[in-house]
Amino acid sequence: MRELSIGQYIPGDSFVHKLDPRTKIIITFVFMIVIFVINNFYGYIFPVIFILIAALFSKISLKYMIKGLRPLLFIIFLTFILNLFMIKGRILYEIGPFDITYEGLYQAVFMALRLIFLIVGTSLLTLTTSPMMLTDGIEYLLKPFKRIGVPAHELAMMMTIALRFIPTLLEETDKIMKAQMARGADFQSGNLINRAKSLVPILVPLFVSAFRRADELAMAMESRCYRGGENRTRMKELKMTNKDLIALCVTAVMTAGCIASRFL
Amino acid sequence: MSIIIKNLTHVYMPGTPFESIALKDINWEINDGEFWGLIGHTGSGKSTLIQHLNGLLKPTSGEIIIDGVNIREKGVNLKEIRHKIGLVFQYPEHQLFEETVEKDVAFGPKNMGLSDDEVINRVKEALEAVGLNYEKIKDRSPFELSGGQMRRVAIAGVLAMKPKVLILDEPTVGLDPKGRDEILEEIVELKRRYNMTIILVSHSMEDIARLVDKIAVLHKGRLIKCGTPKEIFKDKESLSSIGLDIPQVTHLMYRLKERGIDVPTDVLTVEEAKRAILALVRRKGYA
Repeated sequence: MRELSIGQYIPGDSFVHKLDPRTKIIITFVFMIVIFVINNFYGYIFPVIFILIAALFSKISLKYMIKGLRPLLFIIFLTFILNLFMIKGRILYEIGPFDITYEGLYQAVFMALRLIFLIVGTSLLTLTTSPMMLTDGIEYLLKPFKRIGVPAHELAMMMTIALRFIPTLLEETDKIMKAQMARGADFQSGNLINRAKSLVPILVPLFVSAFRRADELAMAMESRCYRGGENRTRMKELKMTNKDLIALCVTAVMTAGCIASRFL
Repeated sequence: MSIIIKNLTHVYMPGTPFESIALKDINWEINDGEFWGLIGHTGSGKSTLIQHLNGLLKPTSGEIIIDGVNIREKGVNLKEIRHKIGLVFQYPEHQLFEETVEKDVAFGPKNMGLSDDEVINRVKEALEAVGLNYEKIKDRSPFELSGGQMRRVAIAGVLAMKPKVLILDEPTVGLDPKGRDEILEEIVELKRRYNMTIILVSHSMEDIARLVDKIAVLHKGRLIKCGTPKEIFKDKESLSSIGLDIPQVTHLMYRLKERGIDVPTDVLTVEEAKRAILALVRRKGYA
């Protein structure tokens, strides 16, 4: 259980870590959109340079970013295969009823790269932003939508609590699993049905404890007179600095480059 | 049933920025029938250490030899080792899951593949060993019991496997004084009746001083001292330097001594203190 998961926050005090979470969320959005604006291989130079610069300034080794790709390898592979065989055009190679075409190969590589950039780029956001900062940023960015009835603060609070309890529940799961293993439970062997059954001794205590924790938390919040939303001040105000300006400028340049690449 | 730990080191999440050394170079020998107390400040690695004793955690380096078998070797049946070494976690009532008390206690022995009759016998015996009435409690849901009862049911769940070694991680935390004394008494009774080897992890120096034969002191992942309660509690300065204390009654004896009253300071229980003070009073002829 004590394994590093994809995009898990890695504490640090680099340039990227210190950026305002709002800046990072906006940049990530822009990045995701421009990735789809690019329509030829030359355009990919810009996101590559952008990711390299961001990685350099975040002092996070590329190893962690590439690690994030592993669970999604299957999807990348599937995209590649589908594109490879489904697109009609000049035939390069024939395997039985399937043809590999020049256009198919081009499109397959292009799409796979697009997915890889998308994953690596977005995982940079969560790698360098603590969950608390992230929800703070989201709350601020959602504020304008309050007028149309988006409960920004409540959503952010829910997210904060959910994120806060992920490690707690993982730890709890680990503990319960070990406690049942100490009583001779076996989670690895047996067929699918037996394995599903063997989860009951973990899931029941886990749910019981999750409800107990939720209850306790609600009680604690209420006894401290928690009221969300209106007029609530916060301990840490988010502040934009020169760093954010620089980061936004760099992003603007990348965006311009990507759009320009369409006309090459 | 002896447990020998040699040069045990455990590192959590090695090779990541979250790497932390939980245990370092532990050497510990537990012999058959001994009653050990394991003490240490929060975060000293107590829980990590006891999870190695039945193979729930694998050492990063070092060896754990149980009854002459190195549990890291290939082909070692960890399940069998876990039947022999019962581990009761902190707040064991959080692991209850069955509809009835009987079914929950039967989980361990059932996993051992015992016959139904044997399972029922063991459930009965285990529940009675923790002071619960089998007939009265067997069909109740474990979730409707009181905190103390839930904890007993959970401990019975481990006892039903008839382990030779019983490890208890803070078995009395969060209980009222009465419940605490009862559970400790039952542990002493288990030791007496089945000659079990017991390892008790506790923050209460009073309980440790009163019950165990030997104490192991853990500090920042190192086993810094092993010895009898008298040996360990003799050195109150070095204990307090690592955030541990001596029993309160021993404090009292030190205070008395400071005031010029000639009492022994190696007293660890209220009983002993009573005897020492009475003896002094009689000698001086106050009474």
